[in-house]
Amino acid sequence: MSTEVITAGVDIGSLSTKTVIFSGNKIAGSSIIQTGINTVENGENGLKTALANANAIKQEDLQFIAATGYGRISAPYAQKTITEITCHARGVHFMHPAARTIIDMGGQDCKAIRLDEDGNVTDFAMNDKCAAGTGRFLEVMANVFKVPLEDLGPLALKATELLSISSTCTVFAESETISLLARGEKPENIILGIHHAIANRINSMFARIGIENDVFFSGGVAKNTGMRNALEEVMHITLAEPRYDPQLAGALGAAIIAQELLTKQKKKEGGQYRAL
Amino acid sequence: MFESDNRQLPEIFESFSDARKQGFIAMKNLKEQGKGVVGTFCTYVPVEIFLAAGLVPVGLCSTSDETIGVAEKVLPRNLCPLIKASYGFAAADKCPYMYFSDLVVGETTCDGKIKMYELLGKIKDVYVMELPHSQQSPSSRALWMEEIKRLKTRVEEKFGVQITVEKLRQAIKERNKERALLKNVYELSVISPPPLSGLQQLQILFGAQFKFNHEQKVQELEETINKITNEYQNGNRPVSAEAKRIIVTGCPIGGVTEKFTRIIEESGGVVTAYENCTGAKQFDRQVNETADPYEALCDYYLNVGCSVMSPNPNRLELLGRLCDQFNADGVLEMVLQSCHTYAIESYTIGEFLKSRNIPFMSMETDYSTGDTEQLKNRIAAFIEML
Repeated sequence: MSTEVITAGVDIGSLSTKTVIFSGNKIAGSSIIQTGINTVENGENGLKTALANANAIKQEDLQFIAATGYGRISAPYAQKTITEITCHARGVHFMHPAARTIIDMGGQDCKAIRLDEDGNVTDFAMNDKCAAGTGRFLEVMANVFKVPLEDLGPLALKATELLSISSTCTVFAESETISLLARGEKPENIILGIHHAIANRINSMFARIGIENDVFFSGGVAKNTGMRNALEEVMHITLAEPRYDPQLAGALGAAIIAQELLTKQKKKEGGQYRAL
Repeated sequence: MFESDNRQLPEIFESFSDARKQGFIAMKNLKEQGKGVVGTFCTYVPVEIFLAAGLVPVGLCSTSDETIGVAEKVLPRNLCPLIKASYGFAAADKCPYMYFSDLVVGETTCDGKIKMYELLGKIKDVYVMELPHSQQSPSSRALWMEEIKRLKTRVEEKFGVQITVEKLRQAIKERNKERALLKNVYELSVISPPPLSGLQQLQILFGAQFKFNHEQKVQELEETINKITNEYQNGNRPVSAEAKRIIVTGCPIGGVTEKFTRIIEESGGVVTAYENCTGAKQFDRQVNETADPYEALCDYYLNVGCSVMSPNPNRLELLGRLCDQFNADGVLEMVLQSCHTYAIESYTIGEFLKSRNIPFMSMETDYSTGDTEQLKNRIAAFIEML
């Protein structure tokens, strides 16, 4: 067994479950699986899959597991649950220490997070009351165009003109898109419009908390190049280049916090032994 | 004489958390003895007038979503849930306190209430006090003074009683005593860790208004304070020393909105003080007992620091003082849906606390429980941030 402290972070999102195995100061293994209907099993499967690609680390080597994401309340294998806001900040801090602002777009919510030089949250705003600006919104749109979700971003890059989508409500935006298609508008131009509509929505979330460089884009939607471009254009920012998979930020943060908690716990116990 | 002294703390807490329900029977008995009852909605209403007239004042602000559906047959959906539910309980005839009220006294605080009272007037005998929205101008003060005297006349006529200066002085003294005791209750949480949870504190502060016998209430509150203090001295620590000390501000909390406190305390925080109308806003100050009673009531009530006042310096003064006194780690604000004055003032509160380096977050909610998980996520993240 390794002498390094080994922990795991499990981020159970609405669409996917992310797991990171953290050993020493490195990501030793990770997994991204689809979230099914059994939240407990999702986390367990995520852990198994991540362990399978973590070199020789077994389940029993995990000294501390932290869970985050909306499914964290059903994680009996975890010793601690932490909100995804705190976890994203810590995970992004590891991925890109210069980050002071995070745009996180997940399956069912989006967050605007400000953090300090140690990766602590200083302020945040979130939209979890409507689907606008979430992965789910893009899923609905991909369905309208009958293309796979991951093709939306590349299609937006092929646009020749920006069509504006005025509805921020997912259902109305869907019908607006259908009428634009009926009018004979180019799908690429509409798709660009959709990405801009989301970017505008995200931009307004930052009105209260402000933006400071560097800006890091995390969450599943961060892998969508069309979305990255739209955010940069609408918000007049340059997004930091991710060195790691930005979808893992929450799970990584949970694993790092797990390591910190474990270290703290060990120090405390050590102190007690000395006192005895 | 009512049983006391040998009761244990959990029993005492329960007696307060159950007070609203238990009060129904007490109220019925009072009515059967021929006592008149006046229902009120707001901290601005000078209840000493009713006490001096030998009447029983009772708070009618509704704290459950049970009758919102009934209310929405008449009132718009996009309205403060407190206003909707309060009207709904009258319309559905479901609130015993509303039912027992011979007179309902409203006040021109916010637009929603003003217009709701017009409609409530079709169901109950409603009397509305004209509350000015300035605490500074002499004409506002003169108007409020006139309004208090007009209320006195109306009460005298309605119930065929005479409100003497002596009786008014006595009522002021009684009420001051209760205010001081309730202040003692919440000030127990100045020490760290607090000797009671924010939920227990809330249940005492909220429940006390439904105990209608002055002497009994005083005795019970004194007993409660003694018991809590003794248990703490005996080493009982109901709240973890690690819990972040939170001050709650914004709209009144009670009944279904207890969810706000519950979530804070499930997420690693403890509410040490309530700046709102359920707490310090109502009990922090005393009515001057030596001045002319009308002048004293006028000054006391006009200076309640509610967001309907413009400007509203007293809220900032009280909040700032509580933050220092209770050594606050953070301030959380609960704004009820469509409460424009609190929602707008939220920015001012945020800037004020920023200048004092106290983390602050404001959240909107209503009387449903549908947003519990969303509140939980935000509040937990806020507390993790501290």
